[in-house]
Amino acid sequence: MRNPLSKVITEIEPSGIRKFFDIVNEMQDAISLGVGEPDFDTPWHIRDEGIYSLEKGRTFYTSNAGLKELKMEIARYIERKCNVAYDCEHEVLVTVGGSEAIDIAMRAMLDPGDEVLIPQPSFVCYTPCAMLANGTPVIIELKAENEFRLTAEEVRAAITPKTKLLVLPFPNNPTGSIMTKSDLEEIANVVIENDLYVLSDEIYSELTYGGAPHVTIASLPGMRERTIVINGFSKAFAMTGWRLGYACGPRVILEQMLKIHQFAIMCAPTMSQYAAVEALRNGEGDVEKMREEYDGRRRYLLHRFREMGLSCFEPYGAFYMFPCIQEFGLSSEEFAEKLLESEKVAVVPGTAFGKSGEGFVRVSYAYSLEDLKKALERIERFVTGLRK
Amino acid sequence: MREKILAFIEKNSRIDLKELAIVVGVDVAAVMNELEAMEQEHIICGYHTMINWEKTGVEKVTAMIEVRVTPQRGMGFDKVAERIYNYPEVESVYLISGGFDFMVILEGKTLREVSQFVSDKLSPLDSILSTKTNFILKKYKDHGTVMAEPAKDERMKITP
Repeated sequence: MRNPLSKVITEIEPSGIRKFFDIVNEMQDAISLGVGEPDFDTPWHIRDEGIYSLEKGRTFYTSNAGLKELKMEIARYIERKCNVAYDCEHEVLVTVGGSEAIDIAMRAMLDPGDEVLIPQPSFVCYTPCAMLANGTPVIIELKAENEFRLTAEEVRAAITPKTKLLVLPFPNNPTGSIMTKSDLEEIANVVIENDLYVLSDEIYSELTYGGAPHVTIASLPGMRERTIVINGFSKAFAMTGWRLGYACGPRVILEQMLKIHQFAIMCAPTMSQYAAVEALRNGEGDVEKMREEYDGRRRYLLHRFREMGLSCFEPYGAFYMFPCIQEFGLSSEEFAEKLLESEKVAVVPGTAFGKSGEGFVRVSYAYSLEDLKKALERIERFVTGLRK
Repeated sequence: MREKILAFIEKNSRIDLKELAIVVGVDVAAVMNELEAMEQEHIICGYHTMINWEKTGVEKVTAMIEVRVTPQRGMGFDKVAERIYNYPEVESVYLISGGFDFMVILEGKTLREVSQFVSDKLSPLDSILSTKTNFILKKYKDHGTVMAEPAKDERMKITP
């Protein structure tokens, strides 16, 4: 029989720590700090709008690029928040989560052999998506000493004549690191000098702490025409299960992305789109409240890690901490397994997000303060034990 | 900082001061000063406990009584309100817009105890024109807290 599988798909490695994930997901009594989604329910008025759309029988396809009202609200929102204007007719595309947007952006932009710069540690989908789009992933290993920010030198060092696209995953999962405006300006210079494009995954843009608002690289001079901005409703409005994201960018690219989306997906779920209109129109206060709550937990966690002498830089984005566990002489995976075994607390080994995550673990604070307190007591007992 | 502290302790007044300080992002002394000042200014009027009495063996009935009154010259509604809220049985008194004047919330051990209070104490007051007593049959949500068991965390334990 012929091999039923494509070469590309067999070349994509399954996640190495799948086994660990499976053990934890089966373990009933473990306290987990391993979740990558908000603990809040979707605000009621947004859910209500979803229910209402079902009641009204709005159960048909929408136009491929998404409901017109939603595209308009997205364009308004991006302009309000990020100071970049997109034409809602041709430069906004509603997708099934940010993930779909990442996938189709790469497929629309890459030819075989084109190199994609992917900073790591980062979310797990960029490398497989680049490969599925026949691109060649080139990993940039972010450094702890830079607090896992991407520097212009690192980009420059990774560029070859084949480099086409730079993935910019900030605010970052798993490190919580963000890029300031001046960090981005340096990156933008390199991008323009070398005629690259940027895929800026800003799904955590609303979860930025410490006062300075989120900046998108698309707002910098000369960058709008080189950038696909990806965002969505999952993290900002606690809407992960609704599967709704979007891409904004120059018309030439968006038109081609729309082609893939149109043939592969048709359109994003209709009820989710109606709910999302409500989220953008009236959800600002909810986002603010959730952000405040995350921020309190962030401060608490940072304080507790410092109290127990665990080295951790202060993250200003997303809902993750990335403490360093090198002092214990264990690999990230060993540390996570031992912690789970002895204290039944689950954290995610940094290596799940790339080799440069070795020596770190991801701790999520998408949990109530009470749960965090309990888990942190156990972690403290665990590290004290290791030090003996 | 006040708003942050209040938003927090409104839901969880038992938090340790040190923790509250960390969460709000200031030092403990500042939090203590702020709390004390707000207690002095009667911004914080007390620290109470939400109890679902239905789950205890204690018998309790709550009534919401709509009261219509004649306001008193020079004193408006305040004097009448004072007459009503001074009774320890009275849980809350609100001045209300619409079809009646006061909403009085009353707690007693039995239906009879509550009705007796209404007929013996409340109704005979000079300025009271009429009362309408509504007994609460079931509390679903109180002070923003849903009385049912909290929902379980249904998220997968680990997701990237």
